[in-house]
Amino acid sequence: MSRQAPAVLDAGQRHPVRFTLNGRKAGGEAEPRMLLHDFLRHVLGATGTHVGCEHGICGACTVQIDGAPARACLTLAVQADGAEIRTVEGLALAPDRLSALQEAFRAHHGLQCGFCTPGILMSLDALLRERPDCGEAEIRETLSGHLCRCTGYTPIVKAALAAAEALRVPHHA
Amino acid sequence: MTLDVHAQTVGEGGWVGISIPRVEDAALLAGRGRFIDDLGMPPGTLHAAILRSPHAHATIESIRTDAARAMPGVAAILTGTELRALTTSLVVGVKAPVECWPMAIDRVRYVGEPVAVAVATDRYLAEDALGAIEVSYAPLPAVVAPLDALRDGAPLLHEGFPGNIASDRSFSYGDPDGAFASAPHRIGVDVDYPRNACTPIETYGVVAEYDPALDAYDVLANFQGPFSIHAVIARALRVPGNRLRLRTPPDSGGSFGVKQGIFPYIVLIAVAARLAGRPVKWIEDRMEHLAGAVSATNRVTRLQAAVAEDGRILALDWDQIEDCGAHLRAPEPATLYRMHGNMTGAYAIRNLHIRNRVVVTNKLPTGLNRGFGGPQIYFPLERLISRIAATLGLDPLAVVRRNLVPADAFPYRTATGALLDSGDYRAALDVALRDGDHESLLARRAAARVEGRLYGIGYAAVVEPSVSNMGYITTVLTAAERRRAGPKNGAQATATITLDPVGSVSVHVASVPQGQGHRTVLSQVVADVFGLRPSDIRVVTELDTAKDAWSIASGNYASRFAPAVAGAAQIAATRLRERLARIAAAQLNARADELVFSAGKVFSPGNPGNAIPFTRLAATGHWAPATLPEEVEQSLRETVFWTPPQLDAPNDADEVNSSLCHGFIFDFCGVEVDRDTGEIRLDRYVTMHDCGRILHPGMVAGQITGGFAHALGAALLEEQSYAPDGSLLTGTLADYLIPTAREVPEPVILHYETPSPFTPLGAKGVGEGNTMSTPVCIANAVADALGLADIRLPLLPSRLSEALHGAEPQPPHHEARPPQATQGERTLFGRGRASVDATPEQLWAMLLDPALLARVVPGADNVRRESDTRFRAEVTLGIGPVRGRYRAEIALSDLDPPRAVTLSGSVDGALGFGRGRGRLRLVPVGQARTELTYDYEAAVGGKIASIGGRLLDGAARVVIGQFFESLAVQASGRRPSLWRRLLRLFRRRA
Repeated sequence: MSRQAPAVLDAGQRHPVRFTLNGRKAGGEAEPRMLLHDFLRHVLGATGTHVGCEHGICGACTVQIDGAPARACLTLAVQADGAEIRTVEGLALAPDRLSALQEAFRAHHGLQCGFCTPGILMSLDALLRERPDCGEAEIRETLSGHLCRCTGYTPIVKAALAAAEALRVPHHA
Repeated sequence: MTLDVHAQTVGEGGWVGISIPRVEDAALLAGRGRFIDDLGMPPGTLHAAILRSPHAHATIESIRTDAARAMPGVAAILTGTELRALTTSLVVGVKAPVECWPMAIDRVRYVGEPVAVAVATDRYLAEDALGAIEVSYAPLPAVVAPLDALRDGAPLLHEGFPGNIASDRSFSYGDPDGAFASAPHRIGVDVDYPRNACTPIETYGVVAEYDPALDAYDVLANFQGPFSIHAVIARALRVPGNRLRLRTPPDSGGSFGVKQGIFPYIVLIAVAARLAGRPVKWIEDRMEHLAGAVSATNRVTRLQAAVAEDGRILALDWDQIEDCGAHLRAPEPATLYRMHGNMTGAYAIRNLHIRNRVVVTNKLPTGLNRGFGGPQIYFPLERLISRIAATLGLDPLAVVRRNLVPADAFPYRTATGALLDSGDYRAALDVALRDGDHESLLARRAAARVEGRLYGIGYAAVVEPSVSNMGYITTVLTAAERRRAGPKNGAQATATITLDPVGSVSVHVASVPQGQGHRTVLSQVVADVFGLRPSDIRVVTELDTAKDAWSIASGNYASRFAPAVAGAAQIAATRLRERLARIAAAQLNARADELVFSAGKVFSPGNPGNAIPFTRLAATGHWAPATLPEEVEQSLRETVFWTPPQLDAPNDADEVNSSLCHGFIFDFCGVEVDRDTGEIRLDRYVTMHDCGRILHPGMVAGQITGGFAHALGAALLEEQSYAPDGSLLTGTLADYLIPTAREVPEPVILHYETPSPFTPLGAKGVGEGNTMSTPVCIANAVADALGLADIRLPLLPSRLSEALHGAEPQPPHHEARPPQATQGERTLFGRGRASVDATPEQLWAMLLDPALLARVVPGADNVRRESDTRFRAEVTLGIGPVRGRYRAEIALSDLDPPRAVTLSGSVDGALGFGRGRGRLRLVPVGQARTELTYDYEAAVGGKIASIGGRLLDGAARVVIGQFFESLAVQASGRRPSLWRRLLRLFRRRA
């Protein structure tokens, strides 16, 4: 992280916020109190990141900040200045080509309404990158930071295991 | 079986019944969903925030809005006064002189009830404006428990509901008195079923616009139906139905019934838009959802059975007290009557007495919630089966078998009027025991018990109703009242199939899915009819009441999609195919009824080489209408309205076929209870479903695992908990606990298919059953493990502690005085010390200086000195997710200058209220240092009480710590150390 120490920000003023969003430069202005998810969704129009609780429990708003999963609802937009942000919109390999993780969710019915899914994908994407050999216990541990009300988690666990397998043996994906 | 949807090879049986990938998924997985908050808004759209009551019961003495109106960006403030001027009360489902407003008028009746709406140019400014609205409340005593609401002298919520009773009806079927008189045993259970809610992860959202020229409202909301509520909303807004255009977004983030409860907010935001003269958008936040959306009912039930020696149930006597919260909102008291036809569950019991009372209490009003009425009846019924077995020394399975409706009795008319469509309950039970390896579970229990471990097995057999009869709710009225009101019945499903000029097929249904994959299943159903691939079919499921075919039963509830909506689509497609066949017959010189639609072609089986492409045939109606055979009026579009004839209105004997389909579920499970901690481990859970014909196995499995997780939450964790004074104790997701992937194991799912004879595809509903069967199955297992007769949900370890360890001893005497809180308020107390570089005399002078206090009290401004020892201030405090502005009054007493002082104070704001006192002592250390020690006690109520004690205690420590830190800085004139500044910086970044 090569961000400058934050200056004192005036609460009533908008301040420039610039970061990399899914590999592209993005930016706008935000009051210091604006949450990162509001900035992503309503300033930048990146509505893939969803908001479920705004107090850090449900995990729907999870994004990756400099590679690590983070709750966009517990992050101010100005805190993200200079960071590398990755969201669900950045996961697919191409507009018509889903990643192995996304494909596994599709094949195993790992989603129903799809509202909590973006956050879950961002956490699992980081897990599978950091811990390619992870098993069910680790996957469930990571998923326990997310609430899903549709699936009962069983299909998500299966999808994550299948994705881990596919990523370990890419030619079988 | 999973197939690649793009390969599109179909088996002999067609697409239905195969788990093809969902058409919905690609967009949702890539972040391209179109949920309500993702959609573009009309230019100039304003944003609403809602001020809610911190009191469970209080008279509103005044609401001052002038300061809020003057704030930057604020366009309008809506209070009960404007609401009453512009709308009519929502209709109430019973005959009583009672009003039901979407926002408090003169009086609040639950914590979280809307009191005012601020409309501003953005949500942040709208929330700022809430802090400037001053509401003066005169608190009234509250009543929370349904039995308390019935007591003499209980606080009365509504004058029109004397004794807090909204409805009291008794029913008798067969000869219950004779059966009870002659039966050898009378066995019963008392149940207090808790409140919970299915809390979809997407909250409510509304965007509303008002056109004064047409006096018409245009509303977009993630409402889920039933669209009978459209009539309720239009009436409240004082417009005819055609002046209320209600639309739904393409995607909705789960509902489970809950998004029916958005309708009062549709009225509220629509009026706000009218007042503001611009479109207004409101997205509910999570704390609003938990306090103010909707809940399932809690219910107190006494269920008695007349039982023969062999365990046969001769009669049931139900006494149900249903708690609908502070207002009886449409369609309540439907939760109490949805199960009326199947109050005997899966059993052949001919004699019943039922008394149903509906009470109001100072809690969130209730509404649709997955399982709707099922959990509340199956918990007593299946606990009763377990108690009968225990009392008579019988195997619970023997009691179940003895009473099941026999296979040769279907379709079976229950005593209360339901027509159970199909099933072979005993066969399904036997298959479940065999394939679920019941034998091994018995062995595991025996082995565990030999080792002294606490292991139990539970069972539950339930009938899962689906496709509600729109008339069942009128069972709450007497037969005479029903005659006056006119009959209500049926379950109208609609589907439209359209062929366009290039012959491609579109389907529209009014099913308003919330994630169940309706578009995929409909593409399978219609592809089979036309001999196409699912990917050839485009399905639209969002609804626009101004343009689409819909009726009052439209929507996504009562598990009606597969049995009713998919069937209606099949009928519509079949009618269009018959017309296309007539057109093709003329061209192919063949009989219409022998033509085959397959692989995108239409041909006679005798001459498959001479085939017409489907698309060309389908386009004919557009390009060459004159060539259509005379009897084919058009072949462009077909709309079907389908209602099952079996769904009659309740008859004069109060018999009602409350639902069209009745699936069967038999569950069993093994649990182990940790002897030390009381933690429950689910060893194995087996769930057998007869949901008729399965249209998409993957989605059926998803419905079952999802319903199972909801049920597990209800069994082990979830309760919308209120303190005796009506304060909500579960106002965040850190307090209202939802199971995570760590808590939900994979259930063993089994199927036994008996297709429904009453639905076009033979399918029945499947989405709700486990919420009915699983909580009681787990409770039965825990009761078996611990040898308990009475058991209450949720099965928290603290609840099991007495059974495991005996009654809890009184805590040892604590030095601190018990906090003087009324029951139910959150109490905090603590103590601490700090050291400051100043003399006691210097500090003493600072404590009496308002200007200085303003600098050291965290978040304080505008500190005013009322007298030497009384101060007023405004304080902004954030505790966890609750950030708000409070008016504070602080008094100093027991002054012992410069050694000690007592500070007492109270705060009051939109988000809650509190009071506390603390004693501060100043002890000189050396020449220029003072050691400060303090202890305090405080009680808080309202919204801040709904966040957990962990957060509150932590926040209190932080605030007090900041106070002394600032005091030290002011006293010494020094800035905080570099280390402290760095630490603060780190805290902000973390």
